[in-house]
Formats: sequence, structure tokens, C-alpha cells
Amino acid sequence: MLHTVNKSPFEKNSLETCLRFARQGHAILLYEDGIYAALKGTMFESKITETVTYCKIYVLVSDLEARGMRMDNVIAGIQPVDYTGFVDLVVENNPVQAWL
Amino acid sequence: MDEMEGTIKKFLYLNRRAPYGTIYALESLEVVLIGAAFDQDVSLAFIDDGVYELKKNQDTTKAEMKNFSPTYRALEGYDVEKLYVDKASLEARGLTEEDLIVPVQVLDAAQMTQLMEQQDVVLSF
Repeated sequence: MLHTVNKSPFEKNSLETCLRFARQGHAILLYEDGIYAALKGTMFESKITETVTYCKIYVLVSDLEARGMRMDNVIAGIQPVDYTGFVDLVVENNPVQAWL
Repeated sequence: MDEMEGTIKKFLYLNRRAPYGTIYALESLEVVLIGAAFDQDVSLAFIDDGVYELKKNQDTTKAEMKNFSPTYRALEGYDVEKLYVDKASLEARGLTEEDLIVPVQVLDAAQMTQLMEQQDVVLSF
């Protein structure tokens, strides 16, 4: 199963809800303002670090870079993907739940 | 009517949204430029995710969106030099002044409230 989060965790509870339902072996994609959840140095870091041990978490690089961030700002264990990688994730992880 | 001609109002543009995820940040900046063009007394405040608007190194090439962050550096040319950032919002996001594209004044909550109280108009985005 693939979960997607595209809203800032500071502004909406989409990330919190996603993590409550994500299970071992699921994939999570952070994109648009969801990339802020992938960054080191926030209140979300410890929960993300825990989740990365049983789910694969990805961040969309184009949206990271648009917002002035780079992979070295991202919590260890999160993998970068481009748009093609996004498509691959959708194909490989059915179904997709978009936590809008 | 003559008495009104020279009136300068104090405008505070309060930014609370991250860039690119919605149109709020870009629209706010466009309104700021209009206010400045009419010689009003303009201040900008950045609170919550609004602090992300000022992050350095924005590169929207791959996202194929307009990168409007250089415009914050151009504001000085319009005599818009009062940019204030909420201390708690910056710290909660692991950011410091060094991460920002322009010099700002960092205010605590009480100081930010004082700033709001001094305005004629506050517009929130």
C-alpha cells in the first residue's frame, strides 16, 4: 500500500493520521508541502525516524528543492524520488491512499 | 479631498503559509508590491509556515513553477525594509536567520502583537 501526504504537518494533521494507519511494509510518499515532514530539526523527526524502521518513506526531490531544501536536510532513511519514481511507487504499491 | 491626498497608512502583510503549496504566498507578495507602489508604510510579518517563504536556495526548476523568492530581495528597492519573523515559528522548523534570503528582525510573540497593534490595516495570507 502507498500513502501520500502533500500538506504541511504544521498546518494539517494529514501526516499524523497517515502514520497512525501505516503498517509494516507500506510505502509513504511526501510531496508538495508534505516534504516539510521529512526535514531534520522539527517536532516530527522522532516519529519519522521510528516509522522509517518499518515503512519505506520517500520524498519528491523536485518539491524539496523548490522549497530551498536538499537531501542533507532530510532525515536519514528517507529515500529521494523523481517524478518517474513517483509513478513507479504508484504502480508497485496498490492501493494508493492520498491523505489530502 | 485635499486633506486625504497625503495620507500614509500603515499596512502589515501577515504571511502564514508555505510557498508553492497554495497561491497565498505569491498573492501576498504581489499585494505588497502594489501597496509599496502607492507609497504606503509597508511591513511584512512571517508566522507559522510563512517563515518557509524566506528560505534560501529555492530552486523550482524541476517543479516547473515560478520561483518568486528573489522578489523578497528586491523589496528594498521599493522601500519595503521592515520584515519581521516569529521566533517560535522559526525554531519549531529548525531554522535560523542564516537560513533566510533577506535580513529580518526576529520578534517574540509579545513584540509581534505590539507590531500588529501599531498598524492601520492588517492583511492576512
